[in-house]
Parts: sequence; structure tokens; C-alpha cells
Amino acid sequence: MSFVYRKKMTPGDYVNYGILTIIALFCLFPFIYVFSVSFTDPKVYVPLQLYVFPKKWSLEAYRYILSTNSFVNSLKSTVFVTAIGTVLSLFFTFTFAYALTRQSLPGRRFFMGCVIVTLLFNAGIVPNYLLVKNLGLINSLWSLILISLTNAWSIIVVKSFMNSLPAELEEAAIIDGASDMGVFWKIIIPLSIPSIASFTLFFAVGYWNTYFNAMMYLSDSKKWTLQVLVKTLVIDSSSISVGQMGSTDTNSLPQETIRMSSVVLAMAPILVLYPFLQRYFVKGVMIGAIKG
Amino acid sequence: MLAKGVYMIISNVRKQSDIQPVMDRKKLMNNIIKHRQIYILLAPGFLFLVLFKFVPMWGLILAFKEYNPFAGILASKWVGFKFFIELFSDKNFYIMLRNTLIINLFGLIFFFPLPIILSVMLNEIRHESFKRITQSIVYLPHFLSWVVIASMTFFFFSVDTGVVNKAIINLGGTPISFLSNPALFWPLITIQTIWREMGWGTIILLASITGIDPQRYEAAVIDGATRWQQIWYITLPGIMPTIVVLLILRLGHVADVSLEQILLMQNPLVISVAEVFDTYAFSQGVQRGLISIGVTVGMFKSVINLVLVLYSNYIIKKTGQDGIF
Repeated sequence: MSFVYRKKMTPGDYVNYGILTIIALFCLFPFIYVFSVSFTDPKVYVPLQLYVFPKKWSLEAYRYILSTNSFVNSLKSTVFVTAIGTVLSLFFTFTFAYALTRQSLPGRRFFMGCVIVTLLFNAGIVPNYLLVKNLGLINSLWSLILISLTNAWSIIVVKSFMNSLPAELEEAAIIDGASDMGVFWKIIIPLSIPSIASFTLFFAVGYWNTYFNAMMYLSDSKKWTLQVLVKTLVIDSSSISVGQMGSTDTNSLPQETIRMSSVVLAMAPILVLYPFLQRYFVKGVMIGAIKG
Repeated sequence: MLAKGVYMIISNVRKQSDIQPVMDRKKLMNNIIKHRQIYILLAPGFLFLVLFKFVPMWGLILAFKEYNPFAGILASKWVGFKFFIELFSDKNFYIMLRNTLIINLFGLIFFFPLPIILSVMLNEIRHESFKRITQSIVYLPHFLSWVVIASMTFFFFSVDTGVVNKAIINLGGTPISFLSNPALFWPLITIQTIWREMGWGTIILLASITGIDPQRYEAAVIDGATRWQQIWYITLPGIMPTIVVLLILRLGHVADVSLEQILLMQNPLVISVAEVFDTYAFSQGVQRGLISIGVTVGMFKSVINLVLVLYSNYIIKKTGQDGIF
């Protein structure tokens, strides 16, 4: 921070606060708008009018979209992939990272090299697609989980974190006769809880927000995840009308409110988790920055 | 008797160079067995890397073969560099190259300076609560999926229901089709990137600013420097190393234009400015089933990426910073 004895605000300060406020509003406004329209009573929503605040509050759009089969199915798919994917990703990442911290492990440099190679080079979209196809995973939700189990950056950051843990506790455990496994599960993991928390959020957000892989590998629309459904609903707006979503509700509602409510739901968990995300992610970025 | 003794001595005394490899191997085997539990922990991640990262690399061989789905990868016909020659003589290649470079250029000119400016501005704020709230707000877009961001873009810019066009109509103008106008594609993409990443990019820079020695500011104040002078002569030079590293890292990822972002904003009317290597590999390789072309394009992009990342890492190290490796 600038070190100055400043007791009053200069004109420059006011300009600074002013511009920052404008920037903050620039970031906020899309949220406000989308929320606002989604909570507007469809009966009073006139497509050509500009809204900042709902003319009349209503949960009608949400009620509608949550009653459709397509949306509920996509929610199920997404929750499945996110929950299982996050747990597995944590497992695969933390076990591998710990193994890499063992200096005396024969071949450690080789395994580390394997990780770095994946950081530098990847086979590309088509070879990965062929692999998934040959494994028979096309149209399976497991394809989304298995291809993202872990990644080089996560392994490296977790490994750095584990290296920063005090060695005395490990040494004490070994003296007490603990096996390598014992040290890992009983000492390292409990000490790694901050890192586990960060990466739980990191992996969960990653799985939840996945669009491309889900779009590419899931051919059955009943298996679509939330992001894919929202994309077809909002972006391909001419191809699927809201009425085709398989709801029991036969009223035809203005499409805009429903589209917006689907987008809000697609980002709802992220917004709910945001306080935690912000704190742990920022810390993670700082650690990553020091590393890089 | 003597011969038997000599024989016994000779057969028991082996040369050191005979024993050493055997002893090393034995030591190695013992070491491996000693670490068997670690290898168990290593196994899941390693199997994943092998299966999902290295095995697909074998598929790259299809850039040199005419893929026949019935014959499989091994039996497909070898065609050498045919597909690469085809790629480099296809005008689409140069379109993709141009688009990739220009999108990067837009990002460099219009996006890159913004987190720097923003972090300096945030640093000058003395009200902690204002600073914290503003930061929370500007970090938020970073966590959204590209589908959500593209959807918001549509809600704002679509020709019939977009907010901007509604405002234009209310003011008596004629609506502009932002989303199908090729001239506006690159600016739109850049605006999306700015909205999403401007705040997030300040994290590293703000951390860097806190690393500047406060005594330099004290000395400057004693010498009568104004706040502008402090920013110009202390803050900015102080974060210059970080900016340089960020810039070089950025250059190492020129080929990596965000696939989802571009794909979601693509439509037939803007495809001439919106096609990049990954989207082409997807549309030709996966959607149209032209496997070998898809592999070729993807391989080209990955190789370019590799070269650029290695080169940029080399440059970073030459400036005295630690590289990534």
C-alpha cells in the first residue's frame, strides 16, 4: 500500500472511487438483469420493454422450468457427474501428489516428467474422442468423469503444498512404526484439509461448468448436463422452443423469463458457494503464483 | 590340493565390476519393494495419465495415415505428410491462423493492460470495506461457465430481445445485429474476456504490489513526491517483473484460444472470423468424421503450443526469473 499520511480525500481519490464503482456496476449489471427478468411475472412481461427491476415478482418461470423433465434430468446428470467426479478427482490427485513428494522413491523423476509432459503437450480433440469411443464410453456420464480425474497443475500445486508441511510429524509417525500408507492417511491427509477444501471447490466448479466434453460425448439428450441444456435453450433459441421441454404445464409462457431462470439455475450453486470459493481460490492463485 | 585351493579362491573372489550391477539391481529391487505402498498410492494417478493422456498421443499417428474405420489405426494406409500439405494449402488454414492471431492481439491490446490499471487503482483505496466489496464483485464473473456468459451475451446483444437493442429501439433507432455481424465478433469476444477475467487478473498483481518495499514510498514522500509520482516511479516499476512474466506466459499460449468461448459464439454468419484450430478440428474431425484432418489440425496446434511454451519459458529464465521448469 502507498505509504502516505493522507487525512483527506483528494479529487483524484474521488475519481478513483467513481471509476471503480462504475467497473463494479459493469460486472454486476448482467447478473442484476438476468435475475430481474427471471423473477418477473411472465404475465406482465412485455418482450420489447426494458427492465431493470421486476415489474411484478413471481416464481412462475422457476416453477415452470423445474417441472420440465428435461431440466430435472439434466440436473440429475450434472449432480451425478459433479459429486462423483469431485470425490474421485480428490482421490487421484492427492494420492499421486503425495507419492511424488517421496524423495527416495525410485523413478520419481520419471513420474514427475510424465506430469510435466502432459502440461506441455496434449493429443488434441480427435484422438481423445477416439479413445472415449473405443472405451465404449460414448453417451455415458462416466466419460465426463474419467477424462477429468486429475491434471498436471493440480498435482503440482498439491505436491507443493504437501512439501510445505512440517516433516517432524511424519518422522515421528515413522519412528512410532507407521507404514507409508498410515502416514499418508493418518497424518498427511488431516494436515492437508485446507488444500482439500480448495480443490474440492476447484474440481466441483470445473465439473459443474463443463460444456464442451458433455456436448461432444453425450448423444442422448436425456443424459445432457445442465450447461448443454441451457445452451440449447438459450443460444440455439430457434431450434428448441420452451414448450417442447416435456412439461405437464400446457400454458405457453414468454420464453425470455424461462430462459433467464434456466441460466440463473445453471449458476446458482456457484453463487451460493461463492464466499468459500473466493477465499480459497484466491489463496490457491497466490500459491500458484509463487510457484510460477 | 594346491590347485583345488587356487580354484576355490578364484571362484570365490569376483571382480568388483562383476558384482556391482548385480548389487545395484538388488538394491533397486529392495528399494522398490520398500516403497511398495507408495507405488500403490502412485498407481491410480499414473494409470490415469497413461490411459487418458499418453494413449491418445498414439492416435496422433493418424495425422500420417488415411484413417479407415474398418481397418482400425494400425492397418490404415500410411500417407506421410499428405494431410499436412493439404492443410497448408487450404485457405481455411490461413483464416484460422489469422483469427487466432487477431483474437490474441485484441486480448493483448485491450484486455492485458486492464488488470494492471485496476490493481493499481484498487491499491490506492484506503477504505478496506470498499476495496473488499469491489474485489468480491469483480472476481465473481471468473467462476461462471462459458455457457452462462454466452447466454448473458445473447440476453444483451441479440437482435430481437437484447437489452442493448431494446434501449436502441426505445430511443428510436434501428436494432443492430451484433451477434451475426462478422465485424463485431472479435470485439464481442474481447468484451467477454474482459468481463470475465479483468477482476481475477488483479489477484497476482495486487499480491505483487504488496511485495514492494514500503520504505521506498516513505523515502518518496520525504522527497515530496505526489501520489501520481509514487505510482509512476514506485508502484509500476515494482510490479514490472510480474507484468513481464505474465506477458511472456501469455505469448506462450497464443495458440490456445478458448475453445468453449469461441464455439458458443460461432454461427454460420460469422464463421469466417470465428474459426480457429480447435473448432475446426472439432467440426471436421468429430462432427464430420474426417478423422485424419482433425488429428492433423490438432497436432499442428499442439506442436505450435509446445514450441511457444518452451520458448517463452526460456525467455523468462533469461530475464532472471524462475521458469515453470
